[in-house]
Amino acid sequence: MEYGLRPLGREKIWLWLLLAPTLVGLIFGAFGSVLATTGLSLMEWDLLTPPTWAGLRNYVELFTNERFLRSLSNTVKFSAMYVPGVVVLSLFVAVLLNRPIRGVSLFRTCYFLPCVTSAVATALVWNLIYGKDTGVLNYLLTRLGLRPVCWLCTENALYSVVVVNIWGAIGEGMIVFLAGLTAIPREYYEAAEIDGANRVQQFFRITLPLITPSIFFQTLISTINAFQAYDYIYMLTRRAGGESTVPVVVFSIYRNAWHFSNYGGASAQAIELTVIVAALMALYFWLEKRFVVYE
Amino acid sequence: MGKRAQKRLLDLVTYTWLAAGAVLMVLPFLWMISTSFKPPAQQFSKSLIPDPPTLRNYIELFSYRDIHFPILFLNSTLISGLITVGQLLTCAMGAFCFAVVRFKGRDLLFTALLLTLLIPFHVTLIPQFIIFKALHLVGQRAPLWGTVPLWLPAFWGGAFGTFLLRQYFLTIPRDLVDAARVDGASLPQIFWRVYLPLAKPALAALAIFTFQGAWNDLLHPLIYMPAAPNTTLTVGLSLFQTQMAHGGKFTVLMAGAFVSILPLVLVFFFAQRQFIQGIALTGVKR
Repeated sequence: MEYGLRPLGREKIWLWLLLAPTLVGLIFGAFGSVLATTGLSLMEWDLLTPPTWAGLRNYVELFTNERFLRSLSNTVKFSAMYVPGVVVLSLFVAVLLNRPIRGVSLFRTCYFLPCVTSAVATALVWNLIYGKDTGVLNYLLTRLGLRPVCWLCTENALYSVVVVNIWGAIGEGMIVFLAGLTAIPREYYEAAEIDGANRVQQFFRITLPLITPSIFFQTLISTINAFQAYDYIYMLTRRAGGESTVPVVVFSIYRNAWHFSNYGGASAQAIELTVIVAALMALYFWLEKRFVVYE
Repeated sequence: MGKRAQKRLLDLVTYTWLAAGAVLMVLPFLWMISTSFKPPAQQFSKSLIPDPPTLRNYIELFSYRDIHFPILFLNSTLISGLITVGQLLTCAMGAFCFAVVRFKGRDLLFTALLLTLLIPFHVTLIPQFIIFKALHLVGQRAPLWGTVPLWLPAFWGGAFGTFLLRQYFLTIPRDLVDAARVDGASLPQIFWRVYLPLAKPALAALAIFTFQGAWNDLLHPLIYMPAAPNTTLTVGLSLFQTQMAHGGKFTVLMAGAFVSILPLVLVFFFAQRQFIQGIALTGVKR
């Protein structure tokens, strides 16, 4: 409360007017939504007939509903591949780009391009690339004398979709890591050089510890994104009848609410996903205290 | 191996990796553009250069009846524009209060706002849908009433934009406020005449982010405007794809994809700095 401009007399009204949208968003948009979704998850409601009380039935059902369990396992598998993939690859690109080389901005543009464009539009091309009989990827494989792969069939679709999602996220991670890398003082490396440390040692002893804040941040963001991933998955894995070969939890929420009018069940799924993400965040912040180095 | 030679080798390795990666990043876009200029009979041709190149797909795209492309374009522009205006205005208002004004409960309120960053957006989907349905705003005709559920929530601020702008407002020298006060400026005047003009770089970064997010959004339009022609580019393209599956032309589909990403790609090329600064602004100063 030390800094700041004190509103004079009637200016208090202006203060609250300026703050009003934020307050509405906080009360209705954010915390209200959590409360409302929690309430809905305890009910059965199709929005046509009056809602009925369901108690914890929607939650109990989640543990036995095979479709939901499959979507949950897909989300977890997806995240387990996506998060390390994005963090490692974008760090790798950033480390290369941080060297004194030419064409940095051109490279940066190339890597960032998929972050700018819509997943819907680029997924259409990926569909063309992944095509079984007509796709570019299988064409290349057969030219190399290998057997064509059904990239978007049930057994491979998860991996194919993870690849596209990582492809679409490297650019953002790269920028975060570049910002972290340029903040490391050059003197550290000069001192290490004098002490005779080689480049590998320099990377593991100086670079890696000093960019742990960026690694932490990027891991956090990637995890949140992974649990909410939807666009590429919807575009690449949907089949006739609105099913998906790789249903994830967000897909399941969407389908339960807007295809089956099961708003209570969908709310329970949304809450469960939120609890999982919150638990992961708590774990991350606990790890941050132990392993992240702040100067 | 001498130091010079070692550096040369390292440079070579760096360029090789970076170039190989860059090709993988850009190739899908080149494929999209190339396919969009191919004659439909060659939609699966494996050559990167269309032979002969044709504009037929683009003409067909814009004369398509079921999914009227110009309308989709208009809807996406309108919705993204309104969302951007709403976010810039309300986030700046909130950010100004948090960064500049002294009032009771400020820090508590700001912490609560930051906490909302951790609330996954899918929790808000169902209650918001129910409210908008109760208000009879679902399934109305675009562009007027039908688009309201998509852009109205942008007018109640948001943690991301408010945080980004607050960080920037904090870097503006306090002396300016004192000087304005001496000149008799009121609170809203200081906001409008001092802070907003000085925060142009941060506002530009937020504008680009917001517009991009809105333009590329799929889930919200899928919920509120799921049917053509009352819909956005993203949903339109996904509907288009479903139709293509029944013996359509991928060349036209690629033309549609290219047209839909073109505005953002152009903005990106002209305002690259804002894009990149914006990410750095949120990523590092936490």
